[in-house]
Amino acid sequence: MVSSNRAKPSPDFANANRAVASAARSGDVETLVRFEDVRKSYDGIHFVVEGLDLAVKRGEFLTMLGPSGSGKTTTLMMLGGFERPTLGHIYLDGKPVERLPPEKRNIGFVFQNYALFPHMTVAENIAFPLRYRGVKGADAKGRVAKALDMVHLDRFGDRRPGQLSGGQQQRVALARALVFEPSLVLMDEPLGALDKQLRERMQIEIKHLQTKLGITMVYVTHDQSEALTMSDRIAVFHEGRVQQLADPVTLYNQPANRFVAEFIGENNILLCIVEIVANGFASLTAPGGARVLAVARPGVGAGQRALLSIRPEQLKLARVDDPTTHNRLKGTIDEVFFLGDHVRLSVKIGGEHSLLARIPAPEARVFHVGEVVELSCASTDTHLLEREP
Amino acid sequence: MSDVADRVNVSLAVRRAARPARRAAFTLALPLILFLAVVFVLPIGLLLKTAIANPEARAVLPQTYIALADWDGAGAPDEKVFAALAADLKIVQKERTAAGLGRRLNYEAPGMRSVTLAAARLAVKLEAGPYKPAFIEADPKWGTTDLWAAIKRNASPITPYYLLTALDLRQGADNSISRVEPDQAIFLGVLGRTLMVAATVTLLTLILGYPVAYGLTIALASVGRIMMLMVLLPLWTSLLVRTTAWVVLLQTDGIINNALLALGLTAHRLQLIFTRFGTVAAMTHIQLPFTILPIYSVMRAIPPAQLRAGRSLGASPFSAFWRIYAPQTVPGVMAGCLMTFILSLGYYITPALVGGPTDQMVSNFISVYINRDLNWGLASALGVVLLSLTLGIYYLFLRIAGVDKIRLG
Repeated sequence: MVSSNRAKPSPDFANANRAVASAARSGDVETLVRFEDVRKSYDGIHFVVEGLDLAVKRGEFLTMLGPSGSGKTTTLMMLGGFERPTLGHIYLDGKPVERLPPEKRNIGFVFQNYALFPHMTVAENIAFPLRYRGVKGADAKGRVAKALDMVHLDRFGDRRPGQLSGGQQQRVALARALVFEPSLVLMDEPLGALDKQLRERMQIEIKHLQTKLGITMVYVTHDQSEALTMSDRIAVFHEGRVQQLADPVTLYNQPANRFVAEFIGENNILLCIVEIVANGFASLTAPGGARVLAVARPGVGAGQRALLSIRPEQLKLARVDDPTTHNRLKGTIDEVFFLGDHVRLSVKIGGEHSLLARIPAPEARVFHVGEVVELSCASTDTHLLEREP
Repeated sequence: MSDVADRVNVSLAVRRAARPARRAAFTLALPLILFLAVVFVLPIGLLLKTAIANPEARAVLPQTYIALADWDGAGAPDEKVFAALAADLKIVQKERTAAGLGRRLNYEAPGMRSVTLAAARLAVKLEAGPYKPAFIEADPKWGTTDLWAAIKRNASPITPYYLLTALDLRQGADNSISRVEPDQAIFLGVLGRTLMVAATVTLLTLILGYPVAYGLTIALASVGRIMMLMVLLPLWTSLLVRTTAWVVLLQTDGIINNALLALGLTAHRLQLIFTRFGTVAAMTHIQLPFTILPIYSVMRAIPPAQLRAGRSLGASPFSAFWRIYAPQTVPGVMAGCLMTFILSLGYYITPALVGGPTDQMVSNFISVYINRDLNWGLASALGVVLLSLTLGIYYLFLRIAGVDKIRLG
């Protein structure tokens, strides 16, 4: 089970994201970037990126999410022009760009450690891309001032990057990548070096800027809560392949496989035996013998072993007067953690298997280790993952 | 009031708290400080003293100088002075110190050596005065103002003579300072040559070393290790061995000439050794690591993402390097060049073995004056000039570049 600090996106943001995504879908859907069977290998034996097919829509915020070594940064570097695909094609605005050097791509890039130029002032840093686009004099000055204003650093133009805090440097890097109005902005874990509070503020700020300016952004991170907060769509990378490409809500609620289910948020994964599949639901035997009714999955049939995913927040304390007999999991409390707004329970069911449950504070009571509890969950909130051989 | 007192107490407490650490640091550095005081500061002090010390004439002509005190400085002094001189010279002859006196006076006026030796021999023979006619009769020079002015100038325990000579200046009979005759002026030329060679070597090491430093920075770890070894290897070999290797390479029937002849690039053997070219080539080779290493250590600290950022913003590879990377390497370039330039100013063995007579640098002259001519005063004065020059250049560098612009890593 993968632990996380934040499991769910804040509701208003999820809504905003959905609105933008649906607008993009209903309007003239245009693809800005398209990866076509892109593969990348450094040694000719191992592929860092394998068979990548991915389309980035105009105006969307797409996040490439994955653990380190999953191929997400390599993909970003190929898009930025710093790495060349071993095989396959990358189209930018319909034109293949594999051989185009970075300076000819007109893509804004925000690097992990900002890569500000320490020997130039903040204003000079931001004016740097303008010099190569023939923007000079008062025009350049005006655009630098506007960019500084946009990131709330209007009084810092004469400072050197070394005199700024991490968050301020981050804003300068952002202003520098946006000042020349690129069609596409790439970001490589830009908030990794900031502390948690600042990181969350910057996430919202970047998202606001992206929506306001209507720019297309491709963002790389290994932080799933960051990805959920900011993205219109998320591509989950693992071992060089995209495991799932979906909007945050779908990704969270309907993970495509075990990796996604465990990587995004916390999850209980149970190995079950499928008894019957009917009406879009499957009846399973969970470890410990409990019968569970879950949303079925194509390709998983009766008699097979399959993985079941239940989010910890979907598990509730079973009511004694509830007559239903399925989806009730009985076990002994193993560990109890009080976290203010909720209580985390680790409940041992059937031998080695334990379930993680989040009981919201209003429904919680005093729990004791060793106490026997019964947990329940709705059938619509339990999902079958892939078949286990 | 108590607030102020409180603040004072706190600052005192802070200083008290820092004291053990300060004391420990000082104690750890103490052996080195003592070592440097004995082998570095003291010899430099003595060097400075030798450059202006003037003991020879004063020590052996005490009566003469007392008598000479009221000489008017025009024409020969009166009989009283000659009598004192005769008395002093008798002792000089007896104690065999005439040669030292002669050599010292000879610096002031050529020919004084033989005049002094003859006078000392004469003084022993003279039983009684008048001495003045006897001296002038033996050598008419004893009647000239110039000779007595030269003797009088040596009355002082310190002399500007050596320092002036080291700068091709001289003091006339009337104590005015003027340039020496062009055919005697050598030291300014030598200093200029020293500066020129050092500057050429510095420039060459920079041109050759900068790309190597960059190569070291971007090379794969495995390749970089080998490159680094090749840069450092010369540093681990003795200077004399490397210089001798250059002699082997450069000599007229050496490897380079043999190769050029075999390839048919030249019809006859080239004069490579004992030339400025040979000196500069050998010195450049020896100095390369000193220029490369500071540049490399500064380059290594520049994140490679900076160049990528530059290119993503629209700069071509060259433009990104020139506008983003190169300015950030300036502190390393400054440190490397300063080190090579200052070390080159003091080169001795390499020009001596590889260079010709017209390639000798200040250090060679210092060595000649110490070992062959036994003129320690002039050797020290040249040393002082070299030291001042070095400090002056160091100061200029700091002023022009700024202390923060010179960084070793």
